[in-house]
Amino acid sequence: MHYVPQIIFLILAALSIYFFSKKAGEIKRNIFLGKEEDLSDNPTQRWRNLFLLAFGQKKMFKNPLVAMMHFVLYAGFLIINIEVLEIVLDGILGTHRLFLKPLGQLYSWLINGFEFLAVLVLLFCIVFLVRRNILKLKRFMSKDLNGWPRSDANYILITEIVLMSLFLLMNATDQVKQDKGFVEADHTEIHFFFSSLLKPLLMGLNHGTLDAIERTAWWLHITGIFAFLNYLPYSKHLHIVLAFPNAYYARLDAPGKMKNMPAVQNEVLYAMQPELAPTDAAPPASFGAKDIFDLSWKNLLDAYSCTECGRCTAACPANSTGKLLSPRKIMMDTRDRMEEVGKNINANLSFVADGKSLLHNYISVEELRACTTCNACVEACPVSISPLDIITELRRSLIMEESNAPQEWNSTFSNIENNFAPWKFSPDERDAWATQS
Amino acid sequence: MKVNTMAEMMAAGEMPEVLFWVGCAGSFDQRAQKITKAFAAILDKVGMKFAILGKEEACTGDPARRAGNEFLFQMMAYQNIQVLNGYGIKKIVTTCPHCFNTLKNEYPELGGNYEVIHHTTLLQQLINEGRIKMKESGDFKGKKISYHDSCYLGRANDIYEAPRKVLEALDAELIEMKRCKSNGLCCGAGGAQMFKEDEPGNIRINMDRADEALQTGAAFIAAACPFCNTMMSDGVKNREKENEVAVLDIAEMIALSMQ
Repeated sequence: MHYVPQIIFLILAALSIYFFSKKAGEIKRNIFLGKEEDLSDNPTQRWRNLFLLAFGQKKMFKNPLVAMMHFVLYAGFLIINIEVLEIVLDGILGTHRLFLKPLGQLYSWLINGFEFLAVLVLLFCIVFLVRRNILKLKRFMSKDLNGWPRSDANYILITEIVLMSLFLLMNATDQVKQDKGFVEADHTEIHFFFSSLLKPLLMGLNHGTLDAIERTAWWLHITGIFAFLNYLPYSKHLHIVLAFPNAYYARLDAPGKMKNMPAVQNEVLYAMQPELAPTDAAPPASFGAKDIFDLSWKNLLDAYSCTECGRCTAACPANSTGKLLSPRKIMMDTRDRMEEVGKNINANLSFVADGKSLLHNYISVEELRACTTCNACVEACPVSISPLDIITELRRSLIMEESNAPQEWNSTFSNIENNFAPWKFSPDERDAWATQS
Repeated sequence: MKVNTMAEMMAAGEMPEVLFWVGCAGSFDQRAQKITKAFAAILDKVGMKFAILGKEEACTGDPARRAGNEFLFQMMAYQNIQVLNGYGIKKIVTTCPHCFNTLKNEYPELGGNYEVIHHTTLLQQLINEGRIKMKESGDFKGKKISYHDSCYLGRANDIYEAPRKVLEALDAELIEMKRCKSNGLCCGAGGAQMFKEDEPGNIRINMDRADEALQTGAAFIAAACPFCNTMMSDGVKNREKENEVAVLDIAEMIALSMQ
């Protein structure tokens, strides 16, 4: 009987790690459904980006107050999770506060530090809930987030508040037990400032109740952490992991440079200089991106890294002037389509055509047409996502695969082709300005 | 002022210090032609030997590529690179940020390698070197100027300082718009939007941006892109402020103010 809690703990831990790894594997598989793209050059610059953009959250600091709160939330959450190491070991070994004796006074200092962070995390989660639900910031009210995405954000904040509260409650209960003498003879004293403030709530309770509260808080805390781990890959919150590889693999070119299409470059070269054309040159299968398979793996990693904060959409000139385009929705659509394809693969072992595609079924022509390619979304993204890259790839498919262009663009194309300028002027007039007064 | 083409220079056995890439707007658009002439006049005045491609210049392909027509882009790029490499061009200056971006960032992997600079960067260099000297009391002295960042100069190529440094040389009062530099709002022309009607929405992007510029109370809106210039001019005109607020290219301002 003595080992029952330990066995339950081990089963819980094993299940949670198993299911998390399984889902993580599916996400990795989905990302690599995308096309190859070599992004391994210039590791120095890439590590720099990882350090500044992901670890240092550099872009968040465009709004210093929010950035500070977000940073505390993230650092706090990570650091407090060191405490999870003790919780896990206690769970496996059936001990209680394993590190207390060896660390002595240092233990109290450490936990005091964690508690300070826990209180800050708790407070800032409340501030963030208020920003989302009471202050109703525009980017959180957008229709992009209707339904699950809006709840997702709230669930995460509420879970963090619950986890932090349980941590503090657990510590408070242990201190009340100590005050009341319900401890072993060789007990090492603990004094935690923040949780001791909760003591008055518990002072009236008897030994059995205190034990029950402490154990419940402990179990809920660790179960909550396991649940959170498994919630992560289904949530926008996955960015706490993927922001790091996404920053590392961010494109290093000037943001204005569009990805070249060597297949088209060669087609044109062979048309101009037929002597260079290989006799067995196979024409490329398709141009641009119609579905997730045609995007690069980095575009797909981008989609899983997106935390739907909406800074891109807030900065988008098309969106802010009432057009249909929302860069955030582009990323959410890409992820949704990937999840759909993933489920299809899980069910059929390999992808079975479902008559759908990212273009048209998720992202409409009107959205794509509204983009000015101004790079505001790319600049705004704190986790190095490029919605623009996906937009231009889909535009390529529209034009080159479907010949789907507005009439004005067709005229522009024919002017460029015939008159070497987007307008219908005679090329002979190109330098006329030089001789006019 | 005689503007030489590369063909004429080669015939005379000469090489220019820099090739002036005029661009389609600068060549054909009546408003943008004034920018072209102003910039050419500056180069002439400082004695920089330059040439244009003239009738041999063609669209870089930027709008085609951004609209999604990669074939047309590659055709234009091939043609232009043939001409540029044929003349052995080393250095290009252009008054259009879209041409600048394509020539600088997209032509190299297609075989076109040149030193490409935007005219605001060249103007800053010429001012720093003392080759451009300002009049004692220029037209813009003490006037309020607000600079509108071009997306293809700013976010696309990280050039925020050069245009501002040039404007500082005018001894004017620079006022930033609410959204400026890396947060600058697009004029609405990029991504081939210039060549089609807007998608349905509440307001045109150029109106939004012109309103923001007008709110600064500046007497001059400075632009560094012929397309931004058109969009901002239209916006100002639409608000019936064209008699109070002028939209000018930085090159035009320098041409008016230099000795």
